[in-house]
Amino acid sequence: MAGRPTAMPRTRGPGDRGASAVGTQSRSLLGRGLQGLYALLMNAVGLVMEPIQRLVGIRRMAWVFLVPNLLVFGIFILFPMVLNLYYATTAGPRLYPQDRPYVGSANFERLFTCTDYTNPNTCLEDRFWRAARNTGVFVLFQVGGMVVISLVTALALNRKIVARGFFRSVFFYPVLLSPVVVALIWKWILQREGVLNAILVSLGSDPINFLLDGRWAMTWVILVSIWANMGFYTLILLAGLQSIPVELYDAGAIDGTSGVQSFRHITLPLLMPTMMVVLVLSLIRAVQMFDEVFVLTGGGPGSATLLMVQYIYQTGFGTQNPRFGIAAAASVSLGAVLLVVTLIQLRVGRGSERHLA
Amino acid sequence: MTTVARFLTRRRGDQRGRRSRLSATDVLTYAYLAAGVLVMFGPVAWLVLSSFKTPANLIEFPPTLLPLAQETVVVPGYAQPLPLYDVVLEDGTTARLAQVRRVGLMAQMVDPAAPDEIIQVHIDQRSAVRHVRLAVENYTQSFTRFNFARYLRNSVVVTVGATLITLVINSMAAFALSKYRFRGRNVVFLIIISTLMIPISVILVPVYLVINQVGWVNNLWGVIIPGAATPTGVFLLRQYMLTIPDELLDSGRIDGASEWRLYWQIVLPLAAPALAVLAIFSVMWRWNDFLWPLIVLTRSEFFTLQVGLNAFQGELQVQWHFVLAMTVLTLLPITLVFSFLQRFITTGIASTGVKG
Repeated sequence: MAGRPTAMPRTRGPGDRGASAVGTQSRSLLGRGLQGLYALLMNAVGLVMEPIQRLVGIRRMAWVFLVPNLLVFGIFILFPMVLNLYYATTAGPRLYPQDRPYVGSANFERLFTCTDYTNPNTCLEDRFWRAARNTGVFVLFQVGGMVVISLVTALALNRKIVARGFFRSVFFYPVLLSPVVVALIWKWILQREGVLNAILVSLGSDPINFLLDGRWAMTWVILVSIWANMGFYTLILLAGLQSIPVELYDAGAIDGTSGVQSFRHITLPLLMPTMMVVLVLSLIRAVQMFDEVFVLTGGGPGSATLLMVQYIYQTGFGTQNPRFGIAAAASVSLGAVLLVVTLIQLRVGRGSERHLA
Repeated sequence: MTTVARFLTRRRGDQRGRRSRLSATDVLTYAYLAAGVLVMFGPVAWLVLSSFKTPANLIEFPPTLLPLAQETVVVPGYAQPLPLYDVVLEDGTTARLAQVRRVGLMAQMVDPAAPDEIIQVHIDQRSAVRHVRLAVENYTQSFTRFNFARYLRNSVVVTVGATLITLVINSMAAFALSKYRFRGRNVVFLIIISTLMIPISVILVPVYLVINQVGWVNNLWGVIIPGAATPTGVFLLRQYMLTIPDELLDSGRIDGASEWRLYWQIVLPLAAPALAVLAIFSVMWRWNDFLWPLIVLTRSEFFTLQVGLNAFQGELQVQWHFVLAMTVLTLLPITLVFSFLQRFITTGIASTGVKG
């Protein structure tokens, strides 16, 4: 299942070149209309492309095909990556590079100056350190909790159960919801007059202001992001489980291995590459968590759930006097962390390229 | 009876006639999965139920499960319809009365059948007569009183436009990287792949500068274009196009077809499954995108649904009945897409490990 395309392409002879993306079988009016439109558009582009081909020759057409993607890629990804370093070493509220004085490593020094590194209050940029600490706590518990829950769910879904497809989509459904929608769903449940407090009160407890208490807010931020994302990792783990050959378990059964033994000695070792992929992917996503938390708590109460990307966003864009230099320096630091995680992934990923993308 | 029990507890693979009953592990598995259904679907179901409640019904604590609305009755002599209550009278009998007004702890009520006599009732002695009613006006007013239709339009424009552009430029690049041998091919591919893990959150400031220079702040193009050259898409399509035999292209060339014709008449139709997977991903990414639109779009007439929703919920007096209805409307398209393409999405993700 994993690694293979969803369907092998049908091989066609050169004789039936009249095919189109809409499919040759399409005989409906709409289908034929779309096919006609597709051919019309593509032929129109061809009027430009064919003279170009006569000009540059077949072999250099590769570059012509690459140009649109490389242009967008270069302008909006590659060039900004380089420019980010420039911003990180310049200061001032002005956006245009020529208006920004060079300050060397001053932005980084400002971010990383603390008299006591265990206490954010003693740091020049105390919110940066609070964001760093919160992000650390968030990553630790979110990734840890999610990997365990995803594994348990994948194991349950891998058993011989009825309606497996239904259960699989149940766990996957929240993955598709937008982070804003996820946050609003839970904000509505968790508010003081919400349904969760109603349940608590009916059990004889006092209502809790979940989102206005620092510890509770962080707990729920973690739980909600696990709720929203676990289906994705469950799916990857399930694919990993299903690629384990059944013969191994059959052989184990002949040798009289118990369920626990076969889990420890067959399932876990063979699932390890997939587990590592899940771990690294979820790490990378957790480090840059923003949307759900921003809408659910706004980083509050105080700065109890302020995460790193929100710090960057607010430093650069959320205030009247933006500090682009500080924001860029913080994002370069975040990028460095991501780079380390990615390098780990590349090392680990060698054994399991099939899940890498 | 036993056959029924055996049927209900039958498991796949039982035809071999080994065990035919549920084991303890099975019971545990189903219990876990049932709890999962509650936890995963419950919050969404609660959102949908709540979105049909009237504002008065919404602020009740403890909340009612179903959307309830108070029954009213038109009483002669009163201009407005009056709310109905079940009342325990002083002599211990019960009656169904309409409330005229409330003064402190006492309510002035009338019997709809005899509207001339005012009855004083302590408010503890009455309970509202209610029935299930869907407050559809939450939805209709979202469209008439707010810019919701505008946000919806912006979101659709961004999603459709970005997906089409992504498909075209990614597939062209993938075609070049999979079907030609040229110097620099591996370098280009490596550079594209190496940015797979660079999220936009790491380069916010400089991308904003570029958008600003191009003049795309508060312009939907500023949301559509920067994410169009997805490394994920190029990678996915290239891997798929590698499986298309080169001989097909060679025989096309012998027939005198141009390279562009080979691309759109042979390779693209054969790569349709991969294109479909990328299209689904792209729709999901763009529809749910939040951080970048939040930065680029600051004027409300350009808001996408996600940014607009966030603006509503951040207002001082959150009008939950509208926020909830709009949230349901926002998750509806994705839910519909999911229910039709569920198999496609799940196998697509399982085989590529890609997510937005």
